[in-house]
Amino acid sequence: MIAQPERKIALWHLGVAYTAFLIGTLMGVLQVFIRNDALQLPAWLDYYQILTAHGVLLALIYTTFFIFAFFITGMSKSLGSFGPKVRLFSWIGLWVTLLGTVMATVMIVAGEASVLYTFYAPLKANGFYYVGLALVIVGTWISSFALVGHYMVWRRNNKGQLSPLFAFMTVTTIILWIIACLGVVATVLFQYIPWAFGWTDTINVELSRSLFWYFGHPLVYFWLLPAYIAWYTIVPKLLGVKVFSDSLARLAFVLFILFSIPVGFHHQLTEPGISNFWKFLQVVLTFMVIVPSLMTAFSMFATFEISGRQKGGTGLFGWFKKLPWRDVRFTSIFIAMAFFIPGGAGGIINASFQLNEVVHNTLWIVGHFHITVGTPVAMTFMGLTFWLIPYLTGRRFTKRMQRLGFVQIITWSIGMLLMSTAQHVLGLMGAPRRTAYSGYNDHPSAMEWFDGIISNHVTMAIGGTILFLSAMILMYIVIMTMFVSPKAETPEQMVEFPLAESDMSHTPKWLENWWIWIGIAAALIIIAYAIPLTHMIQHAPPGSKGFITW
Amino acid sequence: MDKKQSDHDVNLKGTLVSVFFVGIVIVAMWVAVYLMYLAR
Amino acid sequence: MHFHKYEKIWLSFGIVSLIVFLSVVGVSAFSQNHTPSGGMDTIDPEKVNETAPFDNPGVTQLDEDTYQVAIVALAFGYNAPDLRVPAGKEIIFKVTSTDVVHSFTIDNTKVNMMVVPGRVTTKSYTFDEPGKYLILCNEYCGTGHHMMSAEIEVY
Repeated sequence: MIAQPERKIALWHLGVAYTAFLIGTLMGVLQVFIRNDALQLPAWLDYYQILTAHGVLLALIYTTFFIFAFFITGMSKSLGSFGPKVRLFSWIGLWVTLLGTVMATVMIVAGEASVLYTFYAPLKANGFYYVGLALVIVGTWISSFALVGHYMVWRRNNKGQLSPLFAFMTVTTIILWIIACLGVVATVLFQYIPWAFGWTDTINVELSRSLFWYFGHPLVYFWLLPAYIAWYTIVPKLLGVKVFSDSLARLAFVLFILFSIPVGFHHQLTEPGISNFWKFLQVVLTFMVIVPSLMTAFSMFATFEISGRQKGGTGLFGWFKKLPWRDVRFTSIFIAMAFFIPGGAGGIINASFQLNEVVHNTLWIVGHFHITVGTPVAMTFMGLTFWLIPYLTGRRFTKRMQRLGFVQIITWSIGMLLMSTAQHVLGLMGAPRRTAYSGYNDHPSAMEWFDGIISNHVTMAIGGTILFLSAMILMYIVIMTMFVSPKAETPEQMVEFPLAESDMSHTPKWLENWWIWIGIAAALIIIAYAIPLTHMIQHAPPGSKGFITW
Repeated sequence: MDKKQSDHDVNLKGTLVSVFFVGIVIVAMWVAVYLMYLAR
Repeated sequence: MHFHKYEKIWLSFGIVSLIVFLSVVGVSAFSQNHTPSGGMDTIDPEKVNETAPFDNPGVTQLDEDTYQVAIVALAFGYNAPDLRVPAGKEIIFKVTSTDVVHSFTIDNTKVNMMVVPGRVTTKSYTFDEPGKYLILCNEYCGTGHHMMSAEIEVY
């Protein structure tokens, strides 16, 4: 078991994460009922306020706090106990991130920031909403530097050695995160905050959008990579095998540093101010970042097959039956991976230049991120939560909780399948995203969208309701394993941190030479962004003053 | 870099079929939306 | 670094597929002019109503086979009177905003344009089928976002 101070830091992160999860999922279920016209909100509460809270609390806050809980625990487990400075800065990071979260949430609740989590200018929220978001980023940087510091101490003490796979992957994710945040920090600090507080009159809208998406796409890899860490380092242990290939796992992660950042324009394919050449160049770079995910798919199936064959599975798919399906820690993550197959495929479509016109800002996109971050990432985090909390509290993960865990992941899967399928189909038919209930004056086209067997408001509402029930079951498991479940007394009752062995004997040392990867990443970012961003600044139209349209 | 390990010691036929299933999903979904694009 | 033989097969298949996807969209975009909406023109967002072509929004026939449609998007509607265009002719849509970001999206077509204040978004499209098409805003723009719509008639 890891040292008590780290356990406490990690548990605080999990506490914040699941508080955000509770509120965020409640906001989610309210939305499907408003869209269904089954629920009328009181005058002081607005659909778009709820939508903003749902996005911020789940996509930004739940993920971020969970990720740091996982990193802190895993880094302490694989590199040893934190020193006093690392602990101190981990706490400071937590409090700064939390302060920012509270500040932004208060602004949303007060109705001062119904600008959604993408906060596109010239929608102008209260300045403290942007300050809150900036503090969230700064807080994560402090926590990140604490972990990097811990890693550097280990490297100094273990000269010439490759770090354990978990630590390598954590550092990769942190490097990606820090580079990615530069964009959003630049726009929030130099564009939004001075403008929102009235120190400047106008804002360069297209520049702010581009800087946001410079951050916005690697943000999704900041969510995805911790899930991949679990897939690469936790799953093999649950299957009783080693990591399939240490060197290929590291190579995949390094490729994410290189190619996940210079790709933000693929969120801006249908907008003006960026020429087709630069859009297409970033489309090509987006396609490069698919390759490490293809590698990951192979590694996962290979891990399954090797494990199943060791347990006596024969024939082409005999190994499949030998997987530990009764282990909720595994089954949850397996389902998460399965959802990522259509999720990833949908992502390729979104990024395919003009094909984006079919899906851009339709409900398809909403369906897409619910089967990427909303299930592959979130359900991996759920699968980790089952053992991470009892591991940290020293409590048992009882048989009853395990059964409830199955109920939770199965309901989540069914709910998500219904809701996301409905959203994908509706989106392809043309139904827009981010809208409250609307029939567009009963326009026949709009009526037609919601007439299908799958594509209707009812399917989405049923899906959303099941998802909410599932979320509440998870909250119950979280509270039980955090505060109530009996303490583990015998070694068999102890919950372990299932970290797989990884054979590093064939892994080349240059993979851990970070400066190479940071250097190439910087070069690619400059190639992809320098000229179009300079053009946006030098040939900027008169800026926009702020609008409060809610 | 690594010549000791031989391809013959691990049987990954099931893996190959499985990843190609993933590949088919990707190609099928992409082609479907491409055809929708052309039809509009 | 060791790649299993099957992993080489899989990655080759994957990478070739990606190259094929890119080639299909790239060739179609750049040689047949199927690029997504965009454009590099700028405009003063406070002087939209005085700037051509938005000083006279609506349909203008440019020549025998080409029509231009100028539209001003604003919270929560479109300033685009009398939207009637012929089928089978090239229609060039030019859209800008006087306030926040919107979209100009025509249902069941390739017209799905982001509208950014200070910029003019352009898209060329040819309708095949006559009918009444729903126009809507699919980028969040405020309380009335879901009410922001219009109609275009193709004859």
